[in-house]
Amino acid sequence: MRHIIATGLKHPTPVELIMTEKTPDLQGPVCPVPKKHTETIMLGHGSGGKMMADLIKDVFYSRLENEPLLAGNDAGVVELTDGLCLAISTDAHVVSPLFFSGGDIGRLAVCGTVNDVSMVGAVPLYLTASFILEEGLDIKILEKVVESMSKAAEEAGVDIISGDTKVVAHGEADGLYISTTGVGLLDSRIEIGGSKAKPGDKVLVSGTIGDHGIAVLEARGELGFKTQLESDVAPLNHLIEDIMAVSKNIHVLRDPTRGGVATALNEIARQSGVGIILDENSLPVKPAVVGACEMLGFDPLYIANEGKLLAVVSPEDADMVLVAMRKSQYGQEAAVIGQVEAEPAGRLLLKTALGATRIIDVLAGELLPRIC
Amino acid sequence: MKYLSEYRDAELVHSTIAKIAERITQPWTMMEICGGQTHSIIKNGLDQLLPEEVELVHGPGCPVCVTPLELIDKALEIASLPGVIFTSYGDMLRVPGSRGDLFSIRASGGDVRVVYSPLDAVRLAQENPDREVVFFAIGFETTAPANVMSVIQAERLKLDNFSILVSHVRVPPAIEAILSSPSNRVQGFLAAGHVCAVMGYWEYLPLAEKYHIPITVTGFEPLDITRGILATVESLEAGTNVVKNAYIRTVTEKGNRSAQAVINRVFENCDRKWRGIGIIPGSGWRLKPAYAHFDAEKRFHVEAIQADESPLCISGQVLQGLKKPDQCQAFGAPCTPENPLGATMVSDEGACAAYYRYRTQTPHAGGIDHD
Repeated sequence: MRHIIATGLKHPTPVELIMTEKTPDLQGPVCPVPKKHTETIMLGHGSGGKMMADLIKDVFYSRLENEPLLAGNDAGVVELTDGLCLAISTDAHVVSPLFFSGGDIGRLAVCGTVNDVSMVGAVPLYLTASFILEEGLDIKILEKVVESMSKAAEEAGVDIISGDTKVVAHGEADGLYISTTGVGLLDSRIEIGGSKAKPGDKVLVSGTIGDHGIAVLEARGELGFKTQLESDVAPLNHLIEDIMAVSKNIHVLRDPTRGGVATALNEIARQSGVGIILDENSLPVKPAVVGACEMLGFDPLYIANEGKLLAVVSPEDADMVLVAMRKSQYGQEAAVIGQVEAEPAGRLLLKTALGATRIIDVLAGELLPRIC
Repeated sequence: MKYLSEYRDAELVHSTIAKIAERITQPWTMMEICGGQTHSIIKNGLDQLLPEEVELVHGPGCPVCVTPLELIDKALEIASLPGVIFTSYGDMLRVPGSRGDLFSIRASGGDVRVVYSPLDAVRLAQENPDREVVFFAIGFETTAPANVMSVIQAERLKLDNFSILVSHVRVPPAIEAILSSPSNRVQGFLAAGHVCAVMGYWEYLPLAEKYHIPITVTGFEPLDITRGILATVESLEAGTNVVKNAYIRTVTEKGNRSAQAVINRVFENCDRKWRGIGIIPGSGWRLKPAYAHFDAEKRFHVEAIQADESPLCISGQVLQGLKKPDQCQAFGAPCTPENPLGATMVSDEGACAAYYRYRTQTPHAGGIDHD
């Protein structure tokens, strides 16, 4: 047995004890078990990943059980009359800072809900909005946000027809929170949903990924460097109308917001019981997003988008849908990024640029930068 | 992108792998030291592409994974004090101590903040003169220059409300500990490129000679790693125990002398406990006595906190390259990144987390349920 002398210190015993075959076999979970975070709300519960999915399942689904809710789509769909369905969705917006390159909380509040209603194939018509305002907020800021909401609503072709305003004491909110609810109508023959992906289908994304998340980080001053990036926040209902006009075989639509493309496609794979294989080479990512992710230790696949959608389409229609996307101002950089397979069911895989295959999991909790 | 995309070129990587296959005549076991390399190998799927004679075992070079339990407990204690802003690199927030983690402290009202640079923590101290700002200074030689610069900067600014909780570790003593173990299987090392960018590779020359083992300084991109493996295979096949540099665009033999100078000004060698492994003599850095007033352990009187790890934890064997993550009974279920049982599952650079994220092929209890 060699002794450690290069360090000039003579403490061989602890190392030798631990570094030998005496290290016993594992017998059950024996490492220090951390808090599971099932007792207290953590920021990770709002990250769009596994912690949030568990919270929704354990706290909400079990107590509010009904069919539209358990379908697990971006909007709940109920039948109104013969042949016509109502789609309803709601979304709270707490972004900080309130204004960022390419958007603001007002535009986000309108687009987020318009998009959620649209992702089941519905035409969004009306929104309501409730505001939680912090005492001390400059009314000019509120005016600017509401003007932005008005513009976004006009762009999407929806009206905001009702609202509510509450004020909380200084320090009890971060300036301004907005919650919006949207309703839309759809033909009951349209069956677009997370469980409809089929083996052979193609997976499309409507443009570059990760722009919003990195733009917001930059606005927070967390990058420590400047980019030319703008948030992609945009209403996607017109894009969806365009692609639904060319194809009756769109099986799934989803906007990859918090948790990013990786988490959204994992959800689809799980809901449909299929495997999804992404091709790393075909993922559209702006160089600035790649660069920021390299420096911070993030993966663009987990970064939030607010103006992009994923479409799972039957293979014969994929090219037509791609062309229609690229014609729209909201989908000019659209790409086919992968396809659906029967196996491994419930899993998302990535074919790496080198030709190997690896698993892409859902985001666990909070997105954390790596140390180096 | 300059200096990045070139080193991800699929054609070059494949031709390097073909050369490895050409040269190799027998199985060789080599260890990549750094968690960043493990992450890159698994993320790019290099392990699937290499000839089967090459066995890569994953080293202890993940600073988050090896930070000892009692240091985490000290961090939790300090972070929960009123009046303290506790700052840390992001992935330390998830690491479990004996009682909870920094996330829990934050959720119960502690002021825990993620910073991207220790100098951000110094700025916080300037902006908050009535608060105590503590930075959790962990890492290998790579992060040491920036971490000591925070102390030098705080001294320059005459800040008396800034301190660091130090858990610094060094690579060469860890390599020596692995090589001196009777159960060692490692026949060659891929040394950590960024550690060597700071320290150079002169420290590895006596190790290679003493233990008759080839060491290759290796970078992090797929082409860097395959070139590092090729150089190591060539050394092994030729039976030479040399230190090679396969990361010449970043690393020189002497390293970054200015960075070494600031480290030596502020830090001195000490014994350090590694999570899952135990005390490795001379393997750490601590603040020199002249900088003791920046030592958060002393300032907040947490030096006495001790914590015993279970001697059964397999993460120690994983960190030494004795076992692969998926040889652990707990891997995937119940041990997952959301609910890590051991340190190697906690950090993205931990071998278990890399295996879990990129290698598991079937849904398991750790994934989202199918209902």
